[in-house]
Amino acid sequence: MKAIVIGCGRVGSSVAHELRREGWDVVAIDEKEEALSRLGESWDGGFVVGHGMDSSVLRRAGIEDADAVVVSTDGDNTNIVVGQVVQKRFGIECVVVRLLDPARAGFYSEQGMRTVCPTSNAIEVLTEAARSCAVPQRAAS
Amino acid sequence: MYVLIAGGGKIGANLARSLLRAGQEVTLIEQRRDRFERLEDEFEHVVVNGDATELFVLERAGIQRPPSIVIAATGDDEDNIVICQLAREKYGVEKVIARVNDPRNQVHFDLLGVSPTVCATSSIMALIEHEVPEHGLVHLLELPKENVEIVEVMIPPDADCAGRTIDRLDLPDGSRLISVKRDGQFEIADDETTLQPGDQVLAILPPGKEDELRRVLLAT
Repeated sequence: MKAIVIGCGRVGSSVAHELRREGWDVVAIDEKEEALSRLGESWDGGFVVGHGMDSSVLRRAGIEDADAVVVSTDGDNTNIVVGQVVQKRFGIECVVVRLLDPARAGFYSEQGMRTVCPTSNAIEVLTEAARSCAVPQRAAS
Repeated sequence: MYVLIAGGGKIGANLARSLLRAGQEVTLIEQRRDRFERLEDEFEHVVVNGDATELFVLERAGIQRPPSIVIAATGDDEDNIVICQLAREKYGVEKVIARVNDPRNQVHFDLLGVSPTVCATSSIMALIEHEVPEHGLVHLLELPKENVEIVEVMIPPDADCAGRTIDRLDLPDGSRLISVKRDGQFEIADDETTLQPGDQVLAILPPGKEDELRRVLLAT
């Protein structure tokens, strides 16, 4: 199984490592060469420097035979566009897109995009955490 | 007409100014605070401060009415694509126009069906071609929705087609020669028009037939 991870920051690099550990063939893409250092010296997957909007960069990473693509650059709109391009131009079915804005994540997932919104997750978890520590305190008083 | 413009740089601001002068209703969205303040001095309540790819900013700017047309004129191509998609798919805006900043991104606009688009670099390239033709055929106008384009061809010296009337030419299907400009004189072309070297010919044809047209008009 082959995965391409576009955007190799804190999230992308960890996803790349996780999949690699499970035996996937992984290529990470990032605009900045420094991103390679995030993957660490032990990284034995691929790495391509370039922008996800550039189809020649995607091809160099071997997008044509990828089974899954994770789009996790720091720009929501870049992720939205790159995700659609990967799906439509290269016919990749499993494209997962990280979006920080819950509103755009909501709209694009209605449109059929597989979006992951860490902000929504954080909101849920934080609200739940606040709820669960508030209740026992009140009960105690 | 109500026009929503995203991006208050030179293009967006000048569009707003022109449309307002023409008596149209305009809202201009600008993200950068410094630029917004300068625009506000001139345009007052017409300008909204915010990121035009955020739904609540678009809604504050009145996208739910919806506008007759949305112009995505920011300096970022991904933003412009998202603005047009949101306008059309989420808010039912019927017409959008997108600015293409980097001509290499044109393929993405086309792939995602964001059209029409305007790209300054491509327009200038087309003008350069028009002024200094390299390939004998210049694109003057493309109407993708109508599936036609208008091109200009200069008939070369010793062209096979020179001296022949237009009805004797084996023009590509669906194409037509519109006019001939010779010695500065412009004339509508008909079946009886005889082509000569140096003629500047305008042709209308479906996209993709350029090579066939070149073979007919440029072969020597």
